[in-house]
Amino acid sequence: MPSPGATGRVLARLRSWLPALVVFLFVLGLWQGLTTAFHVSTFLLPKPTEIVSSLWDNKGALWHDGVYTFEEALGGFALGSSLGILTALVLARWRGVGAALLPLAVAVNAVPIIAFSPITNQWFGLLNPFSKMAIAAVLCFFPVMVNTLRGLTSVHPSSIELMRSYAAGQVATFRWVRIPNSLPFLFTGLKVATVLSMIGAVVGEYFGGPTNALGVSILNDSQLFDYPRAWAGIALASAFGIVFYSLVTLAEHLATGWRRSG
Amino acid sequence: MNGHAGPVVAIADVSKSFASVAALQGIDLEIAPREFVSLIGPSGCGKSTLLRIIGDLIQPTSGTVQVNGKPAHQARVDHDYGIVFQDAVLYDWRTVARNVSLPLEMLGWARLRRTEKVREMLELVELTGFESHRPWQLSGGMQQRVSIARALSFDPALLLMDEPFGALDEMTRERLNTELLSIWDKSGSTVVFVTHSIPEAVYLSTRVVVMSARPGRIAEIVPIDLPRPRTFATREEPSFFELVTRVREALAAGSAGSGEARSRAVASEELH
Repeated sequence: MPSPGATGRVLARLRSWLPALVVFLFVLGLWQGLTTAFHVSTFLLPKPTEIVSSLWDNKGALWHDGVYTFEEALGGFALGSSLGILTALVLARWRGVGAALLPLAVAVNAVPIIAFSPITNQWFGLLNPFSKMAIAAVLCFFPVMVNTLRGLTSVHPSSIELMRSYAAGQVATFRWVRIPNSLPFLFTGLKVATVLSMIGAVVGEYFGGPTNALGVSILNDSQLFDYPRAWAGIALASAFGIVFYSLVTLAEHLATGWRRSG
Repeated sequence: MNGHAGPVVAIADVSKSFASVAALQGIDLEIAPREFVSLIGPSGCGKSTLLRIIGDLIQPTSGTVQVNGKPAHQARVDHDYGIVFQDAVLYDWRTVARNVSLPLEMLGWARLRRTEKVREMLELVELTGFESHRPWQLSGGMQQRVSIARALSFDPALLLMDEPFGALDEMTRERLNTELLSIWDKSGSTVVFVTHSIPEAVYLSTRVVVMSARPGRIAEIVPIDLPRPRTFATREEPSFFELVTRVREALAAGSAGSGEARSRAVASEELH
């Protein structure tokens, strides 16, 4: 049974979300009202009610497609983030390597990674989920790597002297100071990566993929003029993205609850 | 603390240059067990550098430093140093208690022994009841007391303090000076203390090492024979003021004696 304090906190949390919820419902209402009042064709912009009813009618198929695409995003996220963290650890430990590689990394980061989707489809096969995971992974890699590296290296110089005074080596300094110090930075990178991984997976599928993928489904629906269903697919992709982001934010609160707040 | 009978710190002819600029030149200094020695001098006199050379955080260009009869490096490996900086350097991801226990965890102490020691240390710095607080919930003075508790937690032979109260207001500083003396008295450690403040140096120390700049050398060593325990009233004794004046004059003489200041003085005389 939750304590009165916990209930109070939940209520306070709901109250803080209330303005955002009101704005969201207002925008939906406006959308519905304007599309109805001006007889906007479904071809241009379906009414929210049309999208919701299409989502309901196709819930089984869309859910199945959404899960498939989310798994691709998740795989890419896990792969790209792990590589990003490992690279940051190596670059933080061996600064010379970092100095040599970082300009290159920045240059590579300026490349529109999505443009490689046809290439990865060619490399790994259109129907192989790894062709989408690869794009998502590369997209996730940079924000995670750059943020983690900043967290590992932005340590107070006195902290390093303190560790030296304890005769701590590199491994101990990472364990006791650099890694805990990097956690808030790491989560900033991971949150950006959740969004990027969904974008990578869905857009990757626009360049071809199995029919049970959400990106392929959205593309097909729009080509078959079933716009409410295409919009329903987009809404579902957004929902997966939001849930993913929220889960990482929850993990952030659990892992870095010690941070100064309020 | 250990079987060594000689001085805790023995500095012999230590010099330090940074990129051909002489920061320290010909430093000789011995510090006996249970001493409280302050290093004072103008900016650039190398007092913080000397502290770091004692702690083996910086290598001298020439000369030797022995701590407890062994080279400074060995002393560092043996965990003979507790260190307190101007910034408390506490970790927000740890509670107050776990900040104090950090060096103990690194040394592999068992949990029960750690808990007992942390309790004892927080009692020593009068922070019992703040175990579960986060560092950012404490005032600057309290944070510095946590930092002192952490530095003393593993009973180091030598406590190195680099302007620990430099960022605090005058009233907090005077209160912490008194508390530090009581901690020093109970802990039985030897202290090397870097400061900019003449009254602070006189109030705390057994000896004040007055340094001059460019290059940094020892201008004079002033023994402080004020009776103990020193209290708030100590600061109002005539003998306290006499010693403050003596240190101030030693500082003035030291800066007049340094080459640059002397040539400036000569130049201003020529103008008159």
